[in-house]
Amino acid sequence: MAEQLMEQNVNIQGPAALRRSPLAHLAGAIEAGAVAGERGVTLREIPFLTMVGLRAQPGSAAAAALEKAAGVALPTKVGQTTGSAEGTAVLWLGPDEYLLVAPEGTGAGALTEALGDEPGAVVDLSANRTTLELSGPSARLVLEKGCNADLHPRVFGPGTAITTQLGPVPVLLWQTGEGPSGQTYRILPRASFADYAARWLLDAMTEFAAPEVP
Amino acid sequence: MILLECPYCGPRDETEYHYGGQAHVAYPEDPNQLTDQEWAQYLFYRDNTKGLFAERWVHTGGCRRWFNAVRDTVTYEIKAVYRAGEPRPDFDSLTQEGAAK
Ligand SMILES: [Zn+2]
Repeated sequence: MAEQLMEQNVNIQGPAALRRSPLAHLAGAIEAGAVAGERGVTLREIPFLTMVGLRAQPGSAAAAALEKAAGVALPTKVGQTTGSAEGTAVLWLGPDEYLLVAPEGTGAGALTEALGDEPGAVVDLSANRTTLELSGPSARLVLEKGCNADLHPRVFGPGTAITTQLGPVPVLLWQTGEGPSGQTYRILPRASFADYAARWLLDAMTEFAAPEVP
Repeated sequence: MILLECPYCGPRDETEYHYGGQAHVAYPEDPNQLTDQEWAQYLFYRDNTKGLFAERWVHTGGCRRWFNAVRDTVTYEIKAVYRAGEPRPDFDSLTQEGAAK
């Protein structure tokens, strides 16, 4: 009976209408947390991005097939990303492990097909993490309150992404852009840590609403 | 806190890692041939070195790879890191290097 009902729901609304971001309940707080001005910093969620876990030995036929299907080369070392944040990007997770991030609805079908029987893996991980975007003149200062990795621009510029910790939360931290009004970062916590990570960021942002204490 | 250098990711805080005990403890060729005592030796007995010690670490909060490190158990100084499968650096060369500084 329940199954029948669920099937009906899916048919009427489609699965996209039924899904729920792990930060849906914080939408108001995230919007209200924005800090304007010279020391400003804003947070927003970019839910439902396609994320695909890729495994392939660098230089192998599997890697070449994945690169061709993705239309983006695989990164070769820690910190490196390829492609673009607006389109398809690939983040380095380990010596033979990558995360492809693409617009909502892209899916993993083409990659699975491209890999075929070659040794490697393509797994749709879109529901594993959500994406937070932190930007503004104080964005880096906010992150530096809880991330021990070196985020100085000399080593961490636009297009850099690493697996690290923000406070106690394991995250992927990705700088997607830089402009006159500061840096833009994407923070990818796992779904079950998203609530904590967002609240941690909102709390860390509050001090920048006040003038700097000399 | 130790600043530990992952051979794949570079220097990161100790909190991103987990410790894996003594390195280069080979799995017995044929465990069925061992006496209970020998098997227990393999499972539970480890060196308790004062000085340079080769040990395993895993970069849980990063690339999730296992690697080996040579640490001075007296000073906590990490003398070398190397990837799993690579031979252990010669301890003498590590201490001479230290003395030459
Ligand atoms: Zn690592």
